[in-house]
Amino acid sequence: MLKRILALVRKEFLALFKDKKSRFIIVAPPIIQLLVFGYAATFDLNRIPIAVLNQDSGAASRQLLAHFRGSTNFQEIAPLHQNRDIAKTINSKQALLVLQLGPHFSRDLYLGKPAQLQVIVDGRNSNTALIALNYVHSIVLQFNNDWVKNHHGPAPPAHLQLRAWFNPNLESRWFIVPGIIGLLTLVVTMVVTALSVAREREQGTFDQLLVTPLRPVEILLGKALPGFVIGLLEGSLIILVAVYWFNVPLIGNLSALFIGIVLFLLSAVGVGLMISSLAVTQQQGMLGAFLFLVPAIILSGFATPIANMPTLVQQLTVINPMRYFMVVLRGVFLEGTPLALLFKQFWPMAVIGIVTLAIAAWLFRHRMQ
Amino acid sequence: MNAHRPQLPPMRSADDDGNALTMSTISKSFVSEGRSVKALDEVELRVSAGRITGLVGPDGAGKTTLMRLAAGLLQADTGSIRVLGLDATRDPLMVQRSIGYMPQRFGLYEDLSVQENLDLYADLQGVPHAIRAQRYHDLTKMTGLEHFTRRLAGRLSGGMKQKLGLACTLVQPPQLLLLDEPTVGVDPVSRRELWVIINKLILQHGTSVLVSTAYLDEAENCHEVALLHNGHCLGQDTPARFTARVEGRTYSVSAAGLSKRALHDVLADTDDVVDAVVQGNHVRIVASKNEPPKNIDLPNSVDLSIVPVPARFEDGFVTLLRAHLRPEDPARHHLDFKIAATTPTRASADAVIQVRELSRRFGPFYAVKNISFAVQRGEVFGLLGANGAGKSTTFRMLCGLLPPSSGHLSVAGLDLRRAASAARARIGYMSQKFSLYGNLTVRDNLQFFSSIYGLSGASRSDRIKWSLEQFTLDSVKDNRSIDLPLGFKQRLALACALMHEPDILFLDEPTSGVDPLARREFWHRINHLAEAGVTILVTTHFMEEAEYCDRLAIMDAGEILALGTPDEIKVSAADHGGPISTLEDAFIALLDANAKVRSEQ
Amino acid sequence: MRLRGLVRKEFLQILRDPSSIAIAFLMPLLLLLLFGYGVSLDAKNVPIALVVEHPNADTASFTASFQQSRYFKPLFVSNMRQARSVLMSGRVHGIVRLAGDFSSKLRSRDGAAIQVIVNGVDANTARVVQGYVQSLWSLWLEQRATSAGHKLAIPVDVRQRVWFNSELRSRNYLVPGLLAVIMTLIGALLTAMVVAREWERGTMEALMVTPVAMREILLGKLIPYFVLGMGGMCLSVGMTLWLFDVPLRGSVLILFVAAALFLLAALGMGLLISILAKNQFVAGQAAIIVTFLPAFILSGFIFDIGSMPPFVQALTHVIAARYFVAILQTLFLAGNVWSVIIPNALALAAMAAFFLLLSRRMARKRLD
Repeated sequence: MLKRILALVRKEFLALFKDKKSRFIIVAPPIIQLLVFGYAATFDLNRIPIAVLNQDSGAASRQLLAHFRGSTNFQEIAPLHQNRDIAKTINSKQALLVLQLGPHFSRDLYLGKPAQLQVIVDGRNSNTALIALNYVHSIVLQFNNDWVKNHHGPAPPAHLQLRAWFNPNLESRWFIVPGIIGLLTLVVTMVVTALSVAREREQGTFDQLLVTPLRPVEILLGKALPGFVIGLLEGSLIILVAVYWFNVPLIGNLSALFIGIVLFLLSAVGVGLMISSLAVTQQQGMLGAFLFLVPAIILSGFATPIANMPTLVQQLTVINPMRYFMVVLRGVFLEGTPLALLFKQFWPMAVIGIVTLAIAAWLFRHRMQ
Repeated sequence: MNAHRPQLPPMRSADDDGNALTMSTISKSFVSEGRSVKALDEVELRVSAGRITGLVGPDGAGKTTLMRLAAGLLQADTGSIRVLGLDATRDPLMVQRSIGYMPQRFGLYEDLSVQENLDLYADLQGVPHAIRAQRYHDLTKMTGLEHFTRRLAGRLSGGMKQKLGLACTLVQPPQLLLLDEPTVGVDPVSRRELWVIINKLILQHGTSVLVSTAYLDEAENCHEVALLHNGHCLGQDTPARFTARVEGRTYSVSAAGLSKRALHDVLADTDDVVDAVVQGNHVRIVASKNEPPKNIDLPNSVDLSIVPVPARFEDGFVTLLRAHLRPEDPARHHLDFKIAATTPTRASADAVIQVRELSRRFGPFYAVKNISFAVQRGEVFGLLGANGAGKSTTFRMLCGLLPPSSGHLSVAGLDLRRAASAARARIGYMSQKFSLYGNLTVRDNLQFFSSIYGLSGASRSDRIKWSLEQFTLDSVKDNRSIDLPLGFKQRLALACALMHEPDILFLDEPTSGVDPLARREFWHRINHLAEAGVTILVTTHFMEEAEYCDRLAIMDAGEILALGTPDEIKVSAADHGGPISTLEDAFIALLDANAKVRSEQ
Repeated sequence: MRLRGLVRKEFLQILRDPSSIAIAFLMPLLLLLLFGYGVSLDAKNVPIALVVEHPNADTASFTASFQQSRYFKPLFVSNMRQARSVLMSGRVHGIVRLAGDFSSKLRSRDGAAIQVIVNGVDANTARVVQGYVQSLWSLWLEQRATSAGHKLAIPVDVRQRVWFNSELRSRNYLVPGLLAVIMTLIGALLTAMVVAREWERGTMEALMVTPVAMREILLGKLIPYFVLGMGGMCLSVGMTLWLFDVPLRGSVLILFVAAALFLLAALGMGLLISILAKNQFVAGQAAIIVTFLPAFILSGFIFDIGSMPPFVQALTHVIAARYFVAILQTLFLAGNVWSVIIPNALALAAMAAFFLLLSRRMARKRLD
């Protein structure tokens, strides 16, 4: 039995890698996607274009602006001279932010009256706007603390000590890159498995397999193992790239990570084979894979938190294997989550995997045209 | 078929020399994977105005390339092509305005209805609206599609699709009609109807026709025939002249007390015999000289009867082909075959395949309706029928690929669908379309199937070596199997099916589309297997294949119309009137009679 | 007449082919619903652990602001050890700790420290949470000062105004941007697949031998999928305006002109892909990699282009979706800002012309 399965696995690998096109499709897109996502998919802002309308001539305003100019998060474009320039600059997207300091800014500050800093922000991309505003607030907070210290003013009765655990500089790349491991592993596994049965059906070789002494379980294993192995290899490769190229810390233990990968692959291969055995043609297989992948990725917490979704959608995500894997990945990479805490992510993936594989095996023989 | 041959009409548009198409010294190469492959080499061809010219040759001879060149879809490397007085290379658009071209897989839009397909091509050809109604009426009437105009093209049968394709091509009557294998995959009845349409066309419009075909009996319907082989034109002449070359050299041989297979074997090995094929209970031969072959290696006790028969076009063609065989083409091989040790105790009368009152329903439609038959050990049994007659459904049920709706079936005493996997090790399966892994090499495929059937170590490598030798695949063992010529593919498929020495072999239209030499070679092997005791079940709509069978079941609309040896079937068909000389005539007579019975009900 | 025939055929095919309908209508609907309802960067009811080591009136006034806020869902725990474990298990996103000496320090010269710890794994959410805590904190300070009867003395007071999307609803920018993705799907992916299908099924060969010119074959594909794409656009705009309540502040006419230009560019890419790859599998994969994914990631639809590394930024200039997303976000939320619309529309027109002319040049009525 083992020999027959090995023969099937060998055949699958040959079929996948002997063909230039399919070799390309398995190798190239993940690498392109890894680089593009790794570099492009970030919520961190740097060099935010800002414009300043400074109607104050005092030294204090220049001092405050120096804080902004010193930050790599901001980049000042040409100064504005009148109020109506503000709309023009923002509308045409020359600047995301306009800082406006009124004529009495320095005077108020020295008098101990709150000096007003007007911040006008382009809200077309609300997330960018929100983050930019946060940057502004933290610069002003810093300025205020310094000012109070230097001018012996009264300190506020309470102040905040902000700290971020696991990701002290709040780099969103640390969040995105481990997510990409799950994303690409899923995509590659789906490409390998979702077409594998459909392609054989289309070419008539599946009938040929069914008349051999192979049992459905053996065909299932023969079809599942290549996707599994390729997913595992690509996943491991991406983990290496994440750690050594993108410098994302990996503080948890590797065995927890690999238990997670194995269970995730089990569920991904199961879904892929289920789609594949339902599809009669490759086109249907591809469409099915696409219709699964897009919601699975969007509703996994990969880019946006599941907690922000409406309750109904949140309930829907319990059947999405990727949501569990995202927690495992980020937990192991950044938080060092111990194995015991990950158990509640492990078992749903295992259940999804076993159920879908069982359905796929049943469909092999029962889906006939 | 000759009955419909038209009289020569007056000449229509043509070149000064009276040719609608002239090709001179045409060569065309394709580059695939860095290697240049010569598809056509200095080909000369002409199509006389108002005549049917047949382009005959095996698969891969270059027929399609030639058709595409004539249609201006490809550019020749050298040589000139003149179509209706125009240069096809310089003026493809002008040429395309005045020709009709029906590619091998005609581009019907399967999700459009018959009428919508016609409308599309009428629009594309610029047929004026005023005359469309009349034109559609004529075309649908001629093609027998008048009651199906609202049906989706994808729902038509294979033969009807081809007829619709032809109707679309003819929506603007062309001066030159190019038909690329219009009858491939079409059952005998539809095939005849297509030829009737083509002949009518010539009578009514004087259209010139170039038609390519792999069916040799069709060549006799043409005024002229050009033989294409490996990119070379072996000659162009009237079919009669090709046939005349072997006139007086054809005989029908039978021997009392000797099986037809044993007789065929002996005759095929006889020096004076150029060609030998099984036909019913006889063996038809072409001798090398104008006298019956001598030195037939048979004991004197055998009572041999050799009767001269009229020559056919196929005899001429095969003889010509054999003269052009290249060294790398497969020679004839004896198959050294033994049945695996799992052979059950031999009881000569036991039926290896039993089918009783078997039915298969798809929704309200019965694909197979209450059929019964039995196949004995060592017998070659054929399921013969038109497209949609139910033979493939029966075949799939027997292989365990499809559950029956009702009835009983057993293969070697088991229902393969429920049987343990070990039972499936006793059958071999070879399907209609090439169903091996195309991007794997020949050796990879052999290794894969040998492992699947549980061979390993020395026995596995011995068996692979055996396959490479027995099926002359050694020279191509590292080629990707999809790149092989059809004949090689089919040998590889058979090698894979025999890897585990099965005692039952299922063949689904095994030689569809391959050239006559490859078909002969294939059946030669099958005969050896049958002699060795392998039970063989074959589905086909090729009459030549049917002639090789010991017994046949002719199916129509899910039912068995006739069951018996080829000769018995011919006799029973003769009861329905009309002279029956070939199995094809018998087949059509039976189908006609059945259609009559059903319409009366 | 020939062109009309081709266009009519294409429409009939679209209507009868379930997978065309799936890509043209089902996918846009699915994407719109997923993004409209499923994707949100707006954190609400963020679970946060409050550690109050010595509860009293001062701490109560501070924690009350958390309980009233719609941004937080506080969970009271008694010590840091517990807080740590609920953070590790993912039940809260952050910890706010008021130390035992909070009350006494509050009245000291240095003031009391409020420790705020966020789980930094999801950096974006972490930053949003920090921002929320800061605004709660300054509000609390102000209230405290007011109730004590004196003005709060903070040196610089930030007065922020968010233009175009004052509530900072992420849906308002995600859903309009999604139009670019949807039109890429119809324009490039679907078109590439259907042309490749004609090659696979042999219908292209049959078309080629009719007197129809290549220009007509291309137009015969362009027109139906242009109409289909604009139809998908209307559907999506309708859902955007009426289901998701996104305002449209610019002109509808300009929106449709820009959409038409973008669609032409997408169709040009789709045609080009299908001319180069004559089978559905390769055409589909190529369309996803060179059109669909970039429209998602590199168009500025979700991720800010200005913050990408320079070489990725340079790459975005060849992505048609980037220009369309800029126009979409401006038209919906800001209005007819010509300084954004004109340059981006010109870029779209140039790309459309480039891809269409290139497909025309590459498509030849021959098989070799």
